[in-house]
Amino acid sequence: MNIVVLVKSVPDLVEDLEIDATTGLLDRSFLRLIPGELDDHALEEALILKERHGGSVTVVTVDTGDVDETLYTALAKGADRAVKVVVEGLEPGPDNTRLAAIFHRVLAGIPFDLVLTGTQAVDDLDGFLGPMVAEAAGLPYVGYVTRVESTDGKVVARKEYPGGLCADIEVTRPAVLGIQAAEKPPRYVVTSKVMEAMKSATIEEETSPEVPAGSGLAVSRMYVPETGAHAEMIEGTVEQVAEALAKLMRDRGVVA
Amino acid sequence: MPVGTSVEFLEKVVAATPDGGHIRKCLQCGTCSGICPYGFAMDYPPRSLIAALRADDWHGVLESDTIWLCMSCFACASVCPVKIPLTRGLLSTLKTEMLVGGSIPQELQTALSNSRRYGNPMGESPRKRADWAKGFPIPVPVMAEHRQPVDVLWFVGDYPSYHPRVQHVARALAKILFVMGVKFGILGPEENSDGDTQAFTGEWGLFELLARKNVKAMTKYSFREVITGDPHAFNAIKHEYPRLGFDRPVKHYTQFLLEHMDRWKPLLGQGPAMRVTYHDPCYLGRANENNIYEEPRQLLQAIPGVEFVEMSHNRALSLCCGGGGGGMWLDGFSWEKAHARTTEWRVREAVAAGAEVLAVACPYETPRFEDAIKSTGLEGKLVVKDIVELIAEAIFGRERAT
Repeated sequence: MNIVVLVKSVPDLVEDLEIDATTGLLDRSFLRLIPGELDDHALEEALILKERHGGSVTVVTVDTGDVDETLYTALAKGADRAVKVVVEGLEPGPDNTRLAAIFHRVLAGIPFDLVLTGTQAVDDLDGFLGPMVAEAAGLPYVGYVTRVESTDGKVVARKEYPGGLCADIEVTRPAVLGIQAAEKPPRYVVTSKVMEAMKSATIEEETSPEVPAGSGLAVSRMYVPETGAHAEMIEGTVEQVAEALAKLMRDRGVVA
Repeated sequence: MPVGTSVEFLEKVVAATPDGGHIRKCLQCGTCSGICPYGFAMDYPPRSLIAALRADDWHGVLESDTIWLCMSCFACASVCPVKIPLTRGLLSTLKTEMLVGGSIPQELQTALSNSRRYGNPMGESPRKRADWAKGFPIPVPVMAEHRQPVDVLWFVGDYPSYHPRVQHVARALAKILFVMGVKFGILGPEENSDGDTQAFTGEWGLFELLARKNVKAMTKYSFREVITGDPHAFNAIKHEYPRLGFDRPVKHYTQFLLEHMDRWKPLLGQGPAMRVTYHDPCYLGRANENNIYEEPRQLLQAIPGVEFVEMSHNRALSLCCGGGGGGMWLDGFSWEKAHARTTEWRVREAVAAGAEVLAVACPYETPRFEDAIKSTGLEGKLVVKDIVELIAEAIFGRERAT
């Protein structure tokens, strides 16, 4: 089974996020970009599937200036190919419509049975990247997946729903799956193996001809959540608190 | 799973250290396993490990995960009659095999990943490494901004930089250096984890990555010597950094403060009478025979009001706090496997020795022993203080020490 893993770079929340006063957007000057946490789970699930069924794992990410370490680490973990997509003139910032178009274009040149990506990322949370890639490629999509099993020409994806429900969904291959969690926590690869990959493995660079159209949506205001009115603490003895509470409920019409 | 054979592994052990070949001389006396604080909970304490390798039971060795109980405290290596470098050679090489094979407890993995990405095991922002000195009345120059030669480059270390409890220790040392009139500077955001403890989890590649960054940063600046309050940083800078091209002398603060006692001792006021004992950190004492045993005791005895008492495990026989060799990041695992905490034995020992204060000289120890005081119900009977906190209290008074 040949698997492509789509990895997107997201802001590292270890650093304080600040809003640029002039642009009104995230100040990216000190921003550190890291691979999305769930994309790391997608890679882990891909490696587990490769160990189980053979085949290959190709990791694809869009160049943001600092993705080589991500790709070499993936190669050291056991990925077979690493592709860095260079898109000249690409504005920084999340736009899943544009990103999906870029990934779709790259996927045309890679034979695959399965595409895995994180089901969502910290910079969007809407989880639309996977569905949009699937839509563009005319493939089925299942998101919030925590387990993937392969059968003849098909995969069974375990999807998690809110409220503790799960469903095993059979999908024909090729398909796109949004990974919520790999079966096991993402593996650690020792530094010496990453260094070895840096010396002996190669990152394939692909230049994307033009910047595809984005969503057309513009951010009108970005701000730190404002705190609302605080809760009122009622002090005093049990009797005083009870009385104040009863009065409050009568006043507000909760009780007659 | 890792591959290979017992023979291949033993070859790696022999090559790991200059005296690695001593492993061939093992008498199977078992002194190592006897002194190992967690030997009772290990499937293969050092003697059994060597026996298993001789019997070619490599598979059995790899199936067990209790090597992660090893805190790299050097107790076994220090008592071995044929001087096998057990800690630096055998045990750390086995940990490397486990890491390469992917057999690694999750909590340790987090610390190692953080160290690689952020340069500190707790995953804090590298940009905030000098924030402990923000808004502090004492100037703590960061070398990149200071642009002047200093006498002393202070390698602060991970926990004094970021851990809220240990930041007090950093501030106490800053105050002491200031009143001594020492021209000092720190690396701030350019400083990375010293890498010593990561190395003793078997992650020598990570150690090298971190150490090279530190060597590169330090060699940019003009200074006479390095001081540090972290015995692990001291050990790494003294014994491992030279092969990466760093040749400046390094001292633990206990050595530096003793050498310059005339510059701070006259400032000490009469403090309250207190009985104080001292916990020898493994990496000031046994590790690499650093043997820094008397300096800390002399500092403590110089403080007016201190009555010094000794615990039964002292100097080379000190009992590890459990933080070395990755233990700092394996507390959950260690408890699950051993159902014991060396810190709890240690604080009970301090109280049994009649001490009211347990003095320490390693940044791992204040939070570890304070936790143990809570879990043993000894609150109110024993407090933990770094030696520099006691000195700063004697100079500035308890309220203004940090």
